[in-house]
Amino acid sequence: MSVLVYIENWDGKFKKISFELASYASSIAASLNVPAVALSLGKVDNSELSKLSVYGISRILNNPDERFNALDNQAIAKAVAQAAQTTGATCVVLAHNNLGKAIAPRLAVKLKAGLVSAVNGLPVSTEPFVVKKMLFTGKAFGHIEMLSAVKVLTLSSNSFGLAEKQVTASVEFFDPEMVDADFHIQIKQTNKVTGKVLLSDADIVVSGGRGMKAAENWAPLEELAALLGAGTSCSRPVSDEGWRPHSEHVGQTGKIIAPNLYFAFGISGAIQHLGGVSSSKVIVAVNKDPDAPIFEAADYGIVGDVAKVLPQFIEAVKEIKS
Amino acid sequence: MKILVLIGNVPDTTTKIKFNADKTAFDANGVQWIINPWDELALTRAMELKEAPGSTVETIVVANVGRAETEGTLRKALAIGADKAIRVDADPLDAAYVATQLARFAGEFDLVFAGIEASDYNGNAVGGMLAEMLGINSVSAVSGLNIEGSQVIVNREIDGGSQTLGVSLPLLAIVQKGIAKEPRIPAMRGIMMARTKPLEVLQPVDAQPLTAIRTFEMPQPKAACRKIGEDQAKELIYLLRDEAKVL
Ligand SMILES: Cc1cc2nc3c(=O)[nH]c(=O)nc-3n(C[C@H](O)[C@H](O)[C@H](O)COP(=O)(O)OP(=O)(O)OC[C@H]3O[C@@H](n4cnc5c(N)ncnc54)[C@H](O)[C@@H]3O)c2cc1C
Ligand SMILES: Nc1ncnc2c1ncn2[C@@H]1O[C@H](COP(=O)(O)O)[C@@H](O)[C@H]1O
Repeated sequence: MSVLVYIENWDGKFKKISFELASYASSIAASLNVPAVALSLGKVDNSELSKLSVYGISRILNNPDERFNALDNQAIAKAVAQAAQTTGATCVVLAHNNLGKAIAPRLAVKLKAGLVSAVNGLPVSTEPFVVKKMLFTGKAFGHIEMLSAVKVLTLSSNSFGLAEKQVTASVEFFDPEMVDADFHIQIKQTNKVTGKVLLSDADIVVSGGRGMKAAENWAPLEELAALLGAGTSCSRPVSDEGWRPHSEHVGQTGKIIAPNLYFAFGISGAIQHLGGVSSSKVIVAVNKDPDAPIFEAADYGIVGDVAKVLPQFIEAVKEIKS
Repeated sequence: MKILVLIGNVPDTTTKIKFNADKTAFDANGVQWIINPWDELALTRAMELKEAPGSTVETIVVANVGRAETEGTLRKALAIGADKAIRVDADPLDAAYVATQLARFAGEFDLVFAGIEASDYNGNAVGGMLAEMLGINSVSAVSGLNIEGSQVIVNREIDGGSQTLGVSLPLLAIVQKGIAKEPRIPAMRGIMMARTKPLEVLQPVDAQPLTAIRTFEMPQPKAACRKIGEDQAKELIYLLRDEAKVL
């Protein structure tokens, strides 16, 4: 038996989210008293793979077939299902990101497993197997019992964190039975955002709303983000206006994020916006309207003009970084 | 070509969420029900595809697994322009259960649209499960879709960027924001016509749910916001480092 975790890579490298998943899987494995096994598909160096052992993974399966880099959910689900079967996995863990969300439902059907997505931290209990997840886009939580023998989970990023637990690990070549027809998609074009912190991987997120007034006012916000190593996001009207790309839109109809620190500049805090950010550990709001609902969700706030506050924040961050 | 659009029936996004006394059931009293926002966008895109010059789309069917009270939502989908609605008369027990019900008839369609998630239980599951049950292609996080002969050209979001793909039919497209610009609002004529459009009710097949919600809880109330003056903004950054310890 095992707990299996699927670890995605970005051009052969892992990210913080990869190590959070490894930590999480090994923690569940420890409570079930079974080994934690990781599966990596696509080309990843052995030195990168063995980093997973720092987080308690004792067996690392890898297949370097480049075709997996196409992020084809059907092909990957098939390979993960075979790894789950060969290792006798009773629990399979994936990231709650674009790829994890695409694979998990297909995988669950293959394994006749129940699926709970966007699980918040460790299971509430393992006997019965009950997990906690956010519902109604952040307005409530639910305790969900998984009734099947095999369970598939996707983990909300930053809901568990990193837990170091060095173990000795084997790195093994894994050879799932794949045929050419398993790779269905033909990639015509890929646009990668380079040099930016992935929103799903960011510890700190700096976000702007309509109160920023215009696209050209984003320079100080981006400067602050760069100084903090933060990701950038925005409210829905901002991406609808085309001031920022759609990939930055957070909230009920955009991305749901839970960084350690979320800055909201000129964001009113509509319920649909808060749904996407309310799990952030600390929220800082800057808004000129003292009655803006964002202050009800915020831990720290400044009633004031973003144009006056941003330069002061930048100056202070430069001070503490030097 | 036939298109199926899955329709989730969810509380209006501004609904104040309440539960019964022992927190085991959602309290639907006074709740306004709407088409799940992503499904509304999917239906809008399906309509655009049907109306495009030279389109090969013949019919758009919408489907829901739910009790009679979801018919208002299905009628709204008909008013927006779908040709026919199917309702499987059962409580949507969990994603696997819902997908099993839909799998009975979804295989007759060339293109199936599902939303990335239902805005109430945020499952992210039904679309992918249905594709696997039908054994057809699926692409997730779809933010644009065009039909070019037997190929579908799809834009999707990946972590760290976006991609344009070619995939063959039949296809299940799991859509998110961007698939259509604004959801269509039913026009008066559409509302009148919706009354005469077919709404077929099917009995469920036997299936077991694999997950069950046991209890609900509300988020912890937040402590009051600590306010700092506009001119002392720098101090806030120091508080984040020394008090909140997040910098
Ligand atoms: C079905 C549905 C889904 C939705 N999904 C989302 C979603 O996913 N994400 C999302 O964000 N929204 C979503 N919305 C929209 C949401 O209801 C709000 O309209 C939106 O969040 C408001 O964005 P905003 O705060 O940027 O703009 P506004 O509400 O216009 O707020 C701007 C704020 O900036 C402040 N301000 C103005 N000038 C300054 C200044 N110089 N300095 C400081 N502050 C200033 C103002 O006081 C105001 O509070 C959704 C709506 C619906 C109906
Ligand atoms: N009861 C249902 N009936 C029909 N379609 C549904 C139902 N529940 C969910 N769906 C579809 O599946 C998508 C994802 O829902 P979920 O997996 O529940 O988050 C929704 O956007 C709908 O397209």
